[in-house]
Amino acid sequence: MLDFPRWKIWLIVSSLVVGVLLSVPTFFPERIYNQLPSFLQAKVNLGLDLSGGSHILLEANPAEVAKQRLENMEEQVRTELRRGDPKIAIGDISRRDGKLAFMVRDPSQVDAAVERIRPLTQGAGLTGQRDFNVEVVDSSTIVLTPTQAGIDTAVNQAMDVAKEVIDRRINEMGTREPTIIRQGSNRIVVQVPGLQDPAELKNLLGQTAKLEFKLVDISANPAEVAQGRAPVGSEILPYPDNPSGVPVIAVKRQVMVSGEELIDAQQGFDQQNNQPVVNIRFNGAGGRKFGRVTSENVNRPFAIILDGKVLSAPNINEPILGGSAQISGNFTVKTADQLAIALRSGKLPVALTVVEERTVGPDLGADSIRSGIIASAIATAAVLTFMFLSYGRFGLYANLAVVINIFVILGVMALMNATLTLPGIAGFVLTIGTAVDANVLVNERIREERRRGRSVLQSIEFGYKEASRTIFEANVTHAIAGGIMFMLGSGPVKGFAVVLLIGIATSVYTAVVFTRMLVSLWVRRHRPTEIHI
Amino acid sequence: MRLLKLVPDNTNIGFVAMRKWAFALTALLTLAAVAAVGVRGLHMGVDFVGGLMIEARFTEKPSMDKLRGDIDSLGVGNGTLQQFGDPNTVSIRLPLPEEGGEGASNAVVAKVKAELTKSYPGVIFTRYDTVSGKVSGELVQKGVLAVMLAVIGIAIFSWFRYEWQFGVSTFVAIMHDVLMTLGFFAITQLEFDLNIIAAVLTIVGYSINDKMVIDDRIRENMRKYRKMDMKALIDLSVNETLPRTVMTSVTVMLALGALLIFGGHVLRGFTAAMMLGIVVGTYSSVYVSSSLLISLGLTPESAMRKSKVADVAKGAERIGSNEG
Repeated sequence: MLDFPRWKIWLIVSSLVVGVLLSVPTFFPERIYNQLPSFLQAKVNLGLDLSGGSHILLEANPAEVAKQRLENMEEQVRTELRRGDPKIAIGDISRRDGKLAFMVRDPSQVDAAVERIRPLTQGAGLTGQRDFNVEVVDSSTIVLTPTQAGIDTAVNQAMDVAKEVIDRRINEMGTREPTIIRQGSNRIVVQVPGLQDPAELKNLLGQTAKLEFKLVDISANPAEVAQGRAPVGSEILPYPDNPSGVPVIAVKRQVMVSGEELIDAQQGFDQQNNQPVVNIRFNGAGGRKFGRVTSENVNRPFAIILDGKVLSAPNINEPILGGSAQISGNFTVKTADQLAIALRSGKLPVALTVVEERTVGPDLGADSIRSGIIASAIATAAVLTFMFLSYGRFGLYANLAVVINIFVILGVMALMNATLTLPGIAGFVLTIGTAVDANVLVNERIREERRRGRSVLQSIEFGYKEASRTIFEANVTHAIAGGIMFMLGSGPVKGFAVVLLIGIATSVYTAVVFTRMLVSLWVRRHRPTEIHI
Repeated sequence: MRLLKLVPDNTNIGFVAMRKWAFALTALLTLAAVAAVGVRGLHMGVDFVGGLMIEARFTEKPSMDKLRGDIDSLGVGNGTLQQFGDPNTVSIRLPLPEEGGEGASNAVVAKVKAELTKSYPGVIFTRYDTVSGKVSGELVQKGVLAVMLAVIGIAIFSWFRYEWQFGVSTFVAIMHDVLMTLGFFAITQLEFDLNIIAAVLTIVGYSINDKMVIDDRIRENMRKYRKMDMKALIDLSVNETLPRTVMTSVTVMLALGALLIFGGHVLRGFTAAMMLGIVVGTYSSVYVSSSLLISLGLTPESAMRKSKVADVAKGAERIGSNEG
């Protein structure tokens, strides 16, 4: 017991000093913190519930990705077979039950068609599977069935692209330090500290921003269009702001130019009526295409389509050759600006919906920090007083351990770049209460051994030895609960579990190893024959 | 200075002798808790049922009836109002609009904000939560799974480490703690949200910690006094550890008390749950789980059979602790 080698003392003290020092940068004001060398820039981050801000969980529907892929596949098949050489005539194309099926008109060409379609499929996953299975049914119908691996790969790719697009959009908004993380197979978490009104952000993220220009089908019979029937080669699209009062319009299926060929989009004003508009610029190929189509269709209207809805259908007064165009619609400055941002940052490969949103105002966050600090301080003071009253000198040692423990927890959190949340503060307060448990166990055991008539030295030695086993066992089970909370918990539960787990580890160290050192140093120096415990 | 001793030396309470009464009372209270949950139900937060929650802070205490009328007049569904923390803060809960996606829920928030700002100048909106039905369903599943895994995991741990009786008694006592906490939420109708799951898991962790200390002492005494009657031995162990049980409960309660009073309204339900859990957990450690060992037929002989394993572990510990 008394034999506490010098190297061990150094080891214990220096480990605690390092732990405490790690917590120091967290207390610096931001201005000073930012001037620290980068290796010292490790601090505890505040969760959104303390700093204020928005947490938004976005979800994509995998079925939609699957549907889009099927549509793309249909396009590819049409192009390959109808335009390729030699041409293969197909018909009865259907996309039922998530499968693409079509008939080859000339049965002798079925094998050739399959040969030409196979290269259109892609590898998916690690097992060498393709993303579509190609089969021939009834000797003339070819069926393409998407594989699960193909859908998974497509969803995964779509989510990766979506994450990048979201990142660009939020940066364009000028918001600082957003956190954007993918979660699970089809979700993205967006956290923006300091954001008070998430409505704008949600609108921005909710736009897929798929922009298309198509010609209006002026030959369509207005009565039939109103009933939703389109002529061959055309489709009916919603047009909420149609000046004619009918909320739909017939447009040609073929896309003149799409948003993928944009290189810039800016909010501006219409020169004639001063309405807010979005000015766009096409890349070389897009500009040429737009120029050609507008030259061929002077005095006919074209539709500007965003996410499947027609924004406006202006008349082509003259060929538009410069590669720039103007999107007019029923905009305010703000909505025009949002659309410009969305167009600049590219379209989302899949529509995202908000499935969870949590926003905490900055006032509440500041209140929570304040009350958290007050509660922690009072809890600490109460526990320290109580420990001192109960165990005297041994209580003081335990108290020193508790105080050091608080800083070490912060230090470890800073090292791990962990986030402190409001439930995390509760975890702190609870840790202050439970950290002394180890010392209570030791001290009660020493009392007991003294009562049984052991000598001072023996009692202390026995107290620590017997209690250590109990402490170890009790904390393992406690850590099991904490670990499960950490793995399964979401948001607040996780924040709480982080503090709890770190607290369990550090408190056993400070409460057992550190106080034992203090006690034995004291015993070695004073050789007490009686202890007051 | 005279040191504080909450439990006098040589306390000897016959816990085992009163176990029949304790079991009956425990069973009764647990049944009552389950009944309360069944009859009154839990007041679930938006985390678990989905919906929209807006927390507003007014400049003075608003009339709840008028506020309810104002919100009902907006036609955004049936609102539930609740005072939250100080009298000026009210949480407003609304169902999620069924159609229209995020645009629609934005519109609801905007409508409520506009109306309240007009009728109650100076009001600020401190928090919004919107949780869709899908996410809330997952949160419920995960929460239930987490609690079940924690309880079962710990019971298995103590079963492997000791005899099966310890595992079962711990399991029973912890289920009691969890059910009592749920009953408390059913009776008080405090909001049951994600934070409360964290509280329940902490109660499980704390309670198990408590029981481990007593179980460990029982094991130690079983090795020490091989001839002692099991009832006397359990009483001895519980009494020996009683000062520690009380001390630790008091320190934790002191800390939680500070949190309850000064920790702000967001954490109040969480802290209340935890305080109740500490009381219930301590009660079940002292009165239920150790006495249950006798009813489950733990004998010194059954303990000896397993002691080979434990001795190996003990040997390892001895090597580990020799250096001090």
